[in-house]
Amino acid sequence: MSNAFDITQIQNIIDVGIPHCSDIGVKVESLNDDAVVMRLPYDTRFVGNPVSGVLHGGIVTTLIDTTSGMCIYAKLQKYLPIATLDLRIDYLKSAEPGRDVLARATCYKLTRQIAFVRAVAYHDTADDPIANSVSTFMLHSTPTKSLDKVSKEMREKS
Amino acid sequence: MNTQSSEDFLKAILEAKENRDWNAIAGLIPYFSYLGVEIRETEDELICSIPRNKRFTGNPTLPAIHGGVVGAFMESTALVHLLITQEITQLPKIITFTIDYLRSAKVDACFAEAIITKPGRRVANMRVRAWQKDRSKPIATANANFLVS
Repeated sequence: MSNAFDITQIQNIIDVGIPHCSDIGVKVESLNDDAVVMRLPYDTRFVGNPVSGVLHGGIVTTLIDTTSGMCIYAKLQKYLPIATLDLRIDYLKSAEPGRDVLARATCYKLTRQIAFVRAVAYHDTADDPIANSVSTFMLHSTPTKSLDKVSKEMREKS
Repeated sequence: MNTQSSEDFLKAILEAKENRDWNAIAGLIPYFSYLGVEIRETEDELICSIPRNKRFTGNPTLPAIHGGVVGAFMESTALVHLLITQEITQLPKIITFTIDYLRSAKVDACFAEAIITKPGRRVANMRVRAWQKDRSKPIATANANFLVS
Protein backbone atom coordinates (compact mmCIF):
# COMPACT_ATOMS: atom_id res chain seq x y z
CA MET A 1 0.00 0.00 0.00
CA SER A 2 1.33 3.41 -0.90
CA ASN A 3 1.95 6.07 1.69
CA ALA A 4 -1.11 8.31 2.28
CA PHE A 5 1.22 11.27 2.23
CA ASP A 6 2.54 10.72 -1.23
CA ILE A 7 2.09 13.92 -3.33
CA THR A 8 -0.03 12.29 -6.04
CA GLN A 9 -2.36 10.87 -3.46
CA ILE A 10 -2.71 14.13 -1.53
CA GLN A 11 -3.34 15.98 -4.82
CA ASN A 12 -6.13 13.52 -5.59
CA ILE A 13 -7.63 14.04 -2.17
CA ILE A 14 -7.58 17.83 -2.68
CA ASP A 15 -8.99 17.69 -6.21
CA VAL A 16 -11.93 15.55 -5.15
CA GLY A 17 -12.39 16.47 -1.48
CA ILE A 18 -11.93 20.26 -1.65
CA PRO A 19 -13.98 21.46 -4.65
CA HIS A 20 -12.90 25.09 -4.30
CA CYS A 21 -9.21 24.15 -4.43
CA SER A 22 -9.76 22.08 -7.51
CA ASP A 23 -11.62 25.01 -9.10
CA ILE A 24 -8.79 27.47 -8.50
CA GLY A 25 -6.22 24.86 -9.51
CA VAL A 26 -3.92 24.65 -6.45
CA LYS A 27 -1.18 22.05 -6.68
CA VAL A 28 0.94 20.43 -3.99
CA GLU A 29 4.62 21.13 -4.71
CA SER A 30 6.26 19.35 -1.81
CA LEU A 31 5.39 18.05 1.60
CA ASN A 32 7.03 16.58 4.66
CA ASP A 33 6.27 16.72 8.37
CA ASP A 34 8.17 20.01 8.58
CA ALA A 35 6.44 22.05 5.85
CA VAL A 36 4.03 21.92 2.95
CA VAL A 37 4.46 23.96 -0.24
CA MET A 38 1.54 24.57 -2.59
CA ARG A 39 1.28 26.44 -5.89
CA LEU A 40 -1.50 28.67 -7.21
CA PRO A 41 -1.20 29.02 -11.00
CA TYR A 42 -1.70 32.59 -12.21
CA ASP A 43 -5.22 33.04 -13.55
CA THR A 44 -6.81 36.24 -14.85
CA ARG A 45 -10.06 35.26 -13.06
CA PHE A 46 -8.37 36.16 -9.76
CA VAL A 47 -7.06 39.62 -10.68
CA GLY A 48 -7.81 42.26 -8.05
CA ASN A 49 -6.19 45.22 -9.77
CA PRO A 50 -7.27 45.56 -13.40
CA VAL A 51 -4.67 48.28 -13.94
CA SER A 52 -1.63 46.16 -13.01
CA GLY A 53 -3.06 42.65 -13.46
CA VAL A 54 -2.00 41.80 -9.89
CA LEU A 55 -3.93 39.04 -8.09
CA HIS A 56 -6.51 39.93 -5.44
CA GLY A 57 -5.30 39.48 -1.85
CA GLY A 58 -8.28 37.21 -1.23
CA ILE A 59 -7.05 34.45 -3.51
CA VAL A 60 -3.69 34.55 -1.70
CA THR A 61 -5.69 34.17 1.55
CA THR A 62 -7.29 31.02 0.13
CA LEU A 63 -3.92 29.59 -0.92
CA ILE A 64 -2.42 30.33 2.51
CA ASP A 65 -5.44 28.96 4.40
CA THR A 66 -5.34 25.74 2.36
CA THR A 67 -1.57 25.26 2.71
CA SER A 68 -1.75 26.03 6.44
CA GLY A 69 -4.41 23.37 6.98
CA MET A 70 -2.52 20.88 4.85
CA CYS A 71 0.68 21.23 6.92
CA ILE A 72 -1.28 20.09 9.99
CA TYR A 73 -2.37 16.93 8.15
CA ALA A 74 1.23 16.36 7.05
CA LYS A 75 2.57 16.83 10.56
CA LEU A 76 0.01 14.49 12.13
CA GLN A 77 0.05 12.12 9.13
CA LYS A 78 -3.72 12.08 9.50
CA TYR A 79 -6.63 13.86 7.78
CA LEU A 80 -8.62 14.77 10.89
CA PRO A 81 -11.40 17.40 10.64
CA ILE A 82 -9.91 20.85 11.28
CA ALA A 83 -11.32 24.38 11.15
CA THR A 84 -9.52 27.71 10.87
CA LEU A 85 -10.03 29.69 14.06
CA ASP A 86 -8.20 32.83 13.05
CA LEU A 87 -5.83 33.89 10.34
CA ARG A 88 -3.76 37.02 9.98
CA ILE A 89 -2.05 38.01 6.77
CA ASP A 90 0.45 40.81 6.26
CA TYR A 91 0.79 41.78 2.62
CA LEU A 92 4.47 42.65 2.27
CA LYS A 93 4.61 43.45 -1.43
CA SER A 94 2.47 43.02 -4.52
CA ALA A 95 2.50 39.72 -6.35
CA GLU A 96 3.88 40.11 -9.89
CA PRO A 97 1.28 39.84 -12.65
CA GLY A 98 1.42 36.68 -14.74
CA ARG A 99 3.36 34.64 -12.19
CA ASP A 100 2.31 31.66 -10.05
CA VAL A 101 2.23 32.17 -6.29
CA LEU A 102 3.62 29.56 -3.90
CA ALA A 103 2.85 29.20 -0.21
CA ARG A 104 4.95 27.40 2.39
CA ALA A 105 3.34 26.56 5.74
CA THR A 106 4.75 25.11 8.95
CA CYS A 107 2.85 23.92 11.98
CA TYR A 108 5.17 25.09 14.78
CA LYS A 109 3.06 24.03 17.77
CA LEU A 110 0.41 21.42 18.33
CA THR A 111 -1.70 21.00 21.42
CA ARG A 112 -4.51 18.51 22.01
CA GLN A 113 -7.07 20.89 20.53
CA ILE A 114 -5.22 23.64 18.68
CA ALA A 115 -2.61 23.86 15.92
CA PHE A 116 -0.48 27.00 15.46
CA VAL A 117 0.76 27.66 11.94
CA ARG A 118 3.10 30.08 10.18
CA ALA A 119 3.05 30.57 6.42
CA VAL A 120 4.56 32.72 3.70
CA ALA A 121 3.52 33.31 0.10
CA TYR A 122 6.22 34.01 -2.53
CA HIS A 123 7.26 33.69 -6.18
CA ASP A 124 10.87 32.49 -6.17
CA THR A 125 11.97 31.86 -2.62
CA ALA A 126 10.36 31.90 0.82
CA ASP A 127 13.10 34.36 1.84
CA ASP A 128 11.52 37.01 -0.38
CA PRO A 129 7.86 36.81 0.65
CA ILE A 130 4.79 38.49 -0.85
CA ALA A 131 2.77 37.80 2.30
CA ASN A 132 3.35 36.50 5.80
CA SER A 133 0.70 34.75 7.84
CA VAL A 134 0.02 33.26 11.26
CA SER A 135 -3.06 31.21 11.96
CA THR A 136 -4.65 28.88 14.47
CA PHE A 137 -6.80 25.83 13.78
CA MET A 138 -9.19 23.81 15.91
CA LEU A 139 -8.42 20.09 15.72
CA HIS A 140 -11.28 17.56 15.59
CA SER A 141 -13.55 20.51 14.81
CA THR A 142 -16.50 18.33 13.83
CA PRO A 143 -17.47 14.71 14.33
CA THR A 144 -17.49 14.30 10.53
CA LYS A 145 -15.41 11.95 8.42
CA SER A 146 -11.79 12.69 7.60
CA LEU A 147 -10.83 14.28 4.27
CA ASP A 148 -9.27 11.14 2.79
CA LYS A 149 -12.45 9.12 3.47
CA VAL A 150 -14.61 11.88 1.99
CA SER A 151 -12.49 12.03 -1.16
CA LYS A 152 -12.56 8.28 -1.52
CA GLU A 153 -16.35 8.17 -1.25
CA MET A 154 -16.77 11.07 -3.67
CA ARG A 155 -14.48 9.39 -6.20
CA GLU A 156 -16.44 6.16 -5.93
CA LYS A 157 -19.70 8.06 -6.40
CA SER A 158 -18.56 9.92 -9.52
CA MET B 1 -5.16 39.85 -19.74
CA ASN B 2 -5.69 43.33 -21.09
CA THR B 3 -4.93 45.74 -18.33
CA GLN B 4 -6.55 49.15 -18.43
CA SER B 5 -4.88 52.44 -17.69
CA SER B 6 -5.04 53.85 -14.21
CA GLU B 7 -6.90 56.91 -15.54
CA ASP B 8 -9.56 54.80 -17.27
CA PHE B 9 -10.05 52.68 -14.14
CA LEU B 10 -10.48 55.73 -11.89
CA LYS B 11 -12.79 57.30 -14.42
CA ALA B 12 -14.96 54.16 -14.46
CA ILE B 13 -15.11 54.17 -10.65
CA LEU B 14 -16.05 57.85 -10.51
CA GLU B 15 -18.69 57.32 -13.19
CA ALA B 16 -20.20 54.40 -11.27
CA LYS B 17 -20.24 56.53 -8.13
CA GLU B 18 -21.94 59.37 -9.93
CA ASN B 19 -24.66 57.01 -11.21
CA ARG B 20 -24.78 55.18 -7.87
CA ASP B 21 -24.32 52.06 -9.99
CA TRP B 22 -22.47 50.04 -7.38
CA ASN B 23 -22.55 46.78 -9.26
CA ALA B 24 -20.59 48.43 -12.06
CA ILE B 25 -17.78 48.78 -9.51
CA ALA B 26 -17.94 45.06 -8.78
CA GLY B 27 -17.78 44.42 -12.53
CA LEU B 28 -14.50 46.33 -12.86
CA ILE B 29 -12.54 43.83 -10.77
CA PRO B 30 -12.18 40.31 -12.25
CA TYR B 31 -11.97 38.54 -8.87
CA PHE B 32 -15.21 40.24 -7.74
CA SER B 33 -16.86 38.82 -10.86
CA TYR B 34 -15.46 35.37 -10.07
CA LEU B 35 -16.96 35.55 -6.56
CA GLY B 36 -20.17 37.08 -7.93
CA VAL B 37 -20.02 40.04 -5.53
CA GLU B 38 -23.19 42.11 -5.52
CA ILE B 39 -23.58 45.42 -3.76
CA ARG B 40 -26.87 46.61 -2.31
CA GLU B 41 -27.47 50.03 -0.88
CA THR B 42 -30.21 50.58 1.66
CA GLU B 43 -31.05 53.82 3.45
CA ASP B 44 -28.07 53.81 5.73
CA GLU B 45 -25.84 50.92 4.77
CA LEU B 46 -24.01 49.06 2.05
CA ILE B 47 -24.28 45.30 2.06
CA CYS B 48 -22.22 43.02 -0.17
CA SER B 49 -23.22 39.49 -1.00
CA ILE B 50 -21.97 36.45 -2.87
CA PRO B 51 -24.41 33.84 -4.16
CA ARG B 52 -24.64 30.16 -3.29
CA ASN B 53 -22.03 28.45 -5.48
CA LYS B 54 -20.88 24.86 -5.21
CA ARG B 55 -17.40 25.69 -6.46
CA PHE B 56 -16.79 27.62 -3.19
CA THR B 57 -17.10 24.38 -1.18
CA GLY B 58 -14.12 23.74 1.06
CA ASN B 59 -15.59 20.88 3.05
CA PRO B 60 -18.10 18.66 1.24
CA THR B 61 -19.14 16.62 4.31
CA LEU B 62 -20.43 19.48 6.47
CA PRO B 63 -20.82 20.94 3.79
CA ALA B 64 -19.11 24.30 4.23
CA ILE B 65 -17.66 27.13 2.16
CA HIS B 66 -13.85 27.31 2.02
CA GLY B 67 -12.53 29.69 4.70
CA GLY B 68 -10.44 31.39 2.04
CA VAL B 69 -13.57 32.37 0.10
CA VAL B 70 -15.13 33.86 3.24
CA GLY B 71 -11.91 35.81 3.89
CA ALA B 72 -11.63 36.96 0.28
CA PHE B 73 -15.27 38.05 0.25
CA MET B 74 -14.78 40.06 3.46
CA GLU B 75 -11.65 41.72 2.11
CA SER B 76 -13.61 42.56 -1.03
CA THR B 77 -16.43 44.02 1.06
CA ALA B 78 -13.95 46.29 2.86
CA LEU B 79 -12.48 47.47 -0.45
CA VAL B 80 -15.93 48.11 -1.97
CA HIS B 81 -16.88 50.16 1.08
CA LEU B 82 -13.72 52.26 0.72
CA LEU B 83 -14.21 52.79 -3.01
CA ILE B 84 -17.79 53.91 -2.53
CA THR B 85 -17.56 56.04 0.59
CA GLN B 86 -14.12 57.67 0.27
CA GLU B 87 -12.50 60.04 -2.17
CA ILE B 88 -10.26 57.72 -4.14
CA THR B 89 -7.21 58.77 -6.13
CA GLN B 90 -5.88 55.24 -6.57
CA LEU B 91 -6.92 51.68 -5.80
CA PRO B 92 -6.38 51.18 -2.02
CA LYS B 93 -3.79 48.53 -1.14
CA ILE B 94 -4.43 45.92 1.53
CA ILE B 95 -1.68 45.87 4.20
CA THR B 96 -2.99 43.59 6.94
CA PHE B 97 -6.04 41.38 7.12
CA THR B 98 -7.07 39.43 10.22
CA ILE B 99 -10.08 37.16 10.26
CA ASP B 100 -11.81 35.33 13.11
CA TYR B 101 -13.93 32.38 12.02
CA LEU B 102 -16.95 32.06 14.31
CA ARG B 103 -19.12 29.43 12.64
CA SER B 104 -18.74 27.19 9.64
CA ALA B 105 -20.30 28.84 6.59
CA LYS B 106 -22.93 26.77 4.81
CA VAL B 107 -22.75 26.45 1.03
CA ASP B 108 -25.25 29.25 0.61
CA ALA B 109 -25.32 33.01 0.00
CA CYS B 110 -23.11 35.15 2.28
CA PHE B 111 -23.58 38.77 3.26
CA ALA B 112 -21.12 41.26 4.73
CA GLU B 113 -20.92 44.84 5.89
CA ALA B 114 -17.86 46.96 6.56
CA ILE B 115 -17.30 50.00 8.70
CA ILE B 116 -14.36 52.36 8.70
CA THR B 117 -13.03 52.47 12.25
CA LYS B 118 -10.55 55.18 11.36
CA PRO B 119 -10.35 56.88 7.99
CA GLY B 120 -6.72 58.00 8.24
CA ARG B 121 -4.98 60.17 5.67
CA ARG B 122 -2.64 57.34 4.73
CA VAL B 123 -4.23 54.25 6.29
CA ALA B 124 -7.88 53.29 6.68
CA ASN B 125 -8.67 50.85 9.49
CA MET B 126 -11.77 48.77 8.89
CA ARG B 127 -13.95 46.13 10.51
CA VAL B 128 -15.99 43.64 8.55
CA ARG B 129 -18.77 41.32 9.65
CA ALA B 130 -20.19 38.45 7.61
CA TRP B 131 -23.34 36.38 8.06
CA GLN B 132 -25.68 34.07 6.18
CA LYS B 133 -29.42 33.62 6.75
CA ASP B 134 -29.45 35.04 10.26
CA ARG B 135 -27.76 38.41 10.61
CA SER B 136 -27.51 38.03 14.38
CA LYS B 137 -25.29 34.97 13.91
CA PRO B 138 -22.07 36.17 12.27
CA ILE B 139 -19.94 33.52 10.54
CA ALA B 140 -16.79 35.64 10.73
CA THR B 141 -15.46 39.04 11.71
CA ALA B 142 -12.37 40.67 10.26
CA ASN B 143 -10.07 43.62 10.68
CA ALA B 144 -8.28 45.26 7.78
CA ASN B 145 -5.78 48.05 7.19
CA PHE B 146 -5.62 49.61 3.73
CA LEU B 147 -3.03 52.01 2.40
CA VAL B 148 -5.10 54.72 0.76
CA SER B 149 -2.53 57.21 -0.48
